[in-house]
Amino acid sequence: MSAESTLVQSKTSRTHNDPEPKGGSTSSFHALPLDHLERVDSWGMNKTTLAYVYRPATVDGILDVFKTAKDHGRTVGLRGGGRSYGDASLSAENVTLDLTRMNRILAWNPETGIVKVEPGVTLRQLWQYCIEDGWWPPVVSGTMFVTLGGAAAMNFHGKNNFKMGPIGDHITEFELLTPAGLRRVCSRSQNPKLFHAAIGGFGMLGCFITITLQMKKVYSGNLSVYALSTRSMAETICEFESRMDSADYLVGWIDCFASGRALGRGLIHQANYLSEGQDPRPAQTLRVVNQELPETIFGIIPKSIMWRCMKPLANNPGMKLLNWAKYTSSAILGNHKRILQSHTAFAFLLDYVPDWKFVYKPNGLIQYQSFIPADNAEACFTRQLELCHEAKIIPFLGVFKRHKKDNFSLTHSVDGYSFALDFPITDRNRVNLWKLAERLNEIVLESGGRFYFAKDSTLNKDTAEAYLGKEVLEEFWTLKQQCDPDGILKTDLAHRIFGL
Amino acid sequence: MASSWKRALIIGASSGIGAELARQLAQSGCEVAAVARRSEELEKLAASVSGSGKIRSYVHDVCNTEEIPELIQQIAFDMGGFELFIYSAGVMPRIEADEYCFEKDRQNIEVNLLGAIAWINEAAQRFERAGSGTIVGISSVAGDRGRKGMPVYGASKAALNAFLESIRNRVGRAGVAVVTVKPGPVDTPMTKGMDKLPMVISPAAAAAQILSAAHRGVHTAYIPGKWRPIMWVIRSIPSFIFKKLNV
Repeated sequence: MSAESTLVQSKTSRTHNDPEPKGGSTSSFHALPLDHLERVDSWGMNKTTLAYVYRPATVDGILDVFKTAKDHGRTVGLRGGGRSYGDASLSAENVTLDLTRMNRILAWNPETGIVKVEPGVTLRQLWQYCIEDGWWPPVVSGTMFVTLGGAAAMNFHGKNNFKMGPIGDHITEFELLTPAGLRRVCSRSQNPKLFHAAIGGFGMLGCFITITLQMKKVYSGNLSVYALSTRSMAETICEFESRMDSADYLVGWIDCFASGRALGRGLIHQANYLSEGQDPRPAQTLRVVNQELPETIFGIIPKSIMWRCMKPLANNPGMKLLNWAKYTSSAILGNHKRILQSHTAFAFLLDYVPDWKFVYKPNGLIQYQSFIPADNAEACFTRQLELCHEAKIIPFLGVFKRHKKDNFSLTHSVDGYSFALDFPITDRNRVNLWKLAERLNEIVLESGGRFYFAKDSTLNKDTAEAYLGKEVLEEFWTLKQQCDPDGILKTDLAHRIFGL
Repeated sequence: MASSWKRALIIGASSGIGAELARQLAQSGCEVAAVARRSEELEKLAASVSGSGKIRSYVHDVCNTEEIPELIQQIAFDMGGFELFIYSAGVMPRIEADEYCFEKDRQNIEVNLLGAIAWINEAAQRFERAGSGTIVGISSVAGDRGRKGMPVYGASKAALNAFLESIRNRVGRAGVAVVTVKPGPVDTPMTKGMDKLPMVISPAAAAAQILSAAHRGVHTAYIPGKWRPIMWVIRSIPSFIFKKLNV
C-alpha cells in the first residue's frame, strides 16, 4: 500500500478529508478539557488508550456527557467495571462515559428477590447486599467487579449457562437512555425488540439507567462442589453431558499443554446448591464475612504478592510445568472429592489471586473464546488445540463451559460448549498470534460457532457478519438508527468490527 | 528500527530533518502526522513516501500557539493517539557579524523555543497521563556554547535544552522518554549557502541516528556521535580563551 495523504488546515479553514468519519455527524471538532484526559486500558492490557473520561452520578449528568460529546464532534463509549478483555469499553480520543458512580441499589424486595439497580452497581455490591436475605445473583462471571450495566450490555454468562442462560434471562425490565434523551422502558412485554437487542447490544443502543433483576433463592452460603479429572477432550465432553441434568454449575479446566492422546485432558468442577434444611447453620454461612475471599494463602502468604511469584513461570516451560502439576495433583489427590465451598470461592476464581493478569506484563493477553454447537465441539476444540501446538503458541489457561441457546439478538451462546483460551502476547508472537486467531476463527465459522464481544480482540467485520447473519445485523442497525441517529455511541470494538 | 512506533507526530516536517524523519517512519509502517506551514511541501512529502505507512498532513505555523491545544486533539483523534512526538521546527536567520536585528531574534525564539514549549507542553501532558511515550526535541550543538556568530539561535537552543531537561525530570518518572537531540551541521535548506561547515551529514543519516537514539530513550544524543567529545572540549574552554577564538 502506498502512503496516503490527508491534508488538514488548522483552525477555522480546516478541511478534513478522512474517508472514515469518526465523530458525531452533526458537530464540528472542538477541544475537550484536558483535565478529563485519562489512560483507559483494556482489561487484558493488550490495548492502551487515552480518552476524555466523565463519571456522572445522575441521568442528567449522562445527558450532559452526550451533549458535550456531540458539541465537540466526539463519540461516546460506555464503560462499567472495565473487565472486557479487549476493546469493548475503549473509545480512544473520544469520550468515555464511566458509569461506576451510578451505583445505587434502588429497590430490594427480600420476599420476591427482585432488585432494581443503577448500571454501575457491581456484582460484589449486589451479592453483599442480598445474600443475608438468602438471595444470590442468578448468573455471575468469574470476577465480582463487573457492573450490572456492563453485564447487561454484554449479556454475560456464568458457569451455569447450560441451566440458567445468560444474565439477560433474569432481567425483567430496564430503562434505556438514548443519546437523543429518550427514556425507554423495556421488558419482554414492553418494547420487546429493543429489550432483546439492547441486552447484549454492547452499548450501541443506549445507556442502561436502571436494571431490574430476579435474584436466585439460596438456602446456604455454601455450594457442594465435586471435582473429577478427565483424560481427554472426548471424556471431558462426555462428563459434561452426563452431569448437565443434575448439576447447578459445571466448569472445566483444560491442560492446554497436553498433547497426543492426552490432548484436552483436564478437571471438571460440578457445584450444586444446598437445598433447604441441608445447611444446619444457614444464617452463618450466608453472612458476608463468611463469603469474603481470604487475603492470604495458607494463612500467611499475602495473595497480593502471588502474581510476582508466578511471573518467572510466565513462559512456555513454566506454564507447561504448572499445568502438569495442577492436573497431576488434582488427578491424584482431588479426584472424585466432594467439598463445601462458599459461593464466592467457587464463582469468583478471577478474583482469587489479585492482579494475576500482571503475570502477562508488559504486553498483556488476549482471551480467545469461541462457542461451538455440541455436535461439533470435540472436533473443533481438538483442532484448535492442535493448531496452537503447530503454531507453538500455547494458551496458558483453557476454560471449558456448557451453554444453551438464548433469544437475544446478538447472542454469543449456542447449544453447545465454549472454550476460553488465554494467550500471552509477546513482541515475538504478536503477528503469529493474530494469524493463529484468524485460523481459529475460520474453523469456528466452519463449525457453526459464535463469539463473545466481552472477550474479543481479533474479530473483523466479515467474521462477525458470518456468525451473526446479515439479517440480524440489519435489524440491529435499524434499531441503532432509531435510538442513536447521530451515531454518538461508539467504541473501538464497534469501529474495529463494524467500521462505525 | 523505526517500525515499533505505530503513530508519530512531527512538527516541522516539510523539509530537512523533519521531512526525513517523517519519510523514514512512514516507510517503516508508522502512521505519521506531519505538521508544517507549507502545504505544497507537505504534499510533496506524502507523495515521496512508499511503503505501508500513511502520512497525514496538517498545515500550521508554530507561531500560532493558540491553535495548538485543539490541533493536537484533532491529530490524536484522527490517528487514535500517537506514541512518538518530535519537535523539529526551527529557523536560523542569517546574522551578519555586526548585525543586531530584533525581528530575526524574535523569529528565532518564537519558532525554536516558544513553539517547542507550546507543543511539548501538550505532548508531555498526554504522555504523562498515558504513562508512556517518547518526546524528541531537535536542538543543536549550537546551544552548548554562546558563540558570537548566532547569539539568539544559540540561546534559543540552549533554552530548549534546559526546557527539555526539565520536562524529562517532570515526566520521566511517569514512563515518558524525553530525548534532546543535538545535531551538528546537516545538509538541509537551513544550512544552504553556509561556508566551511564541519562534518556535514545528510538529513537521511541524521534522521536514522535520531530515531535510533529515540528508540534507546537516551537523554541527549549528539548527531553524529563524534560531536559529543568535540562539544565536551568546546564547553570546557574557559570563557576568557573562548572569547578570543574565532568560532
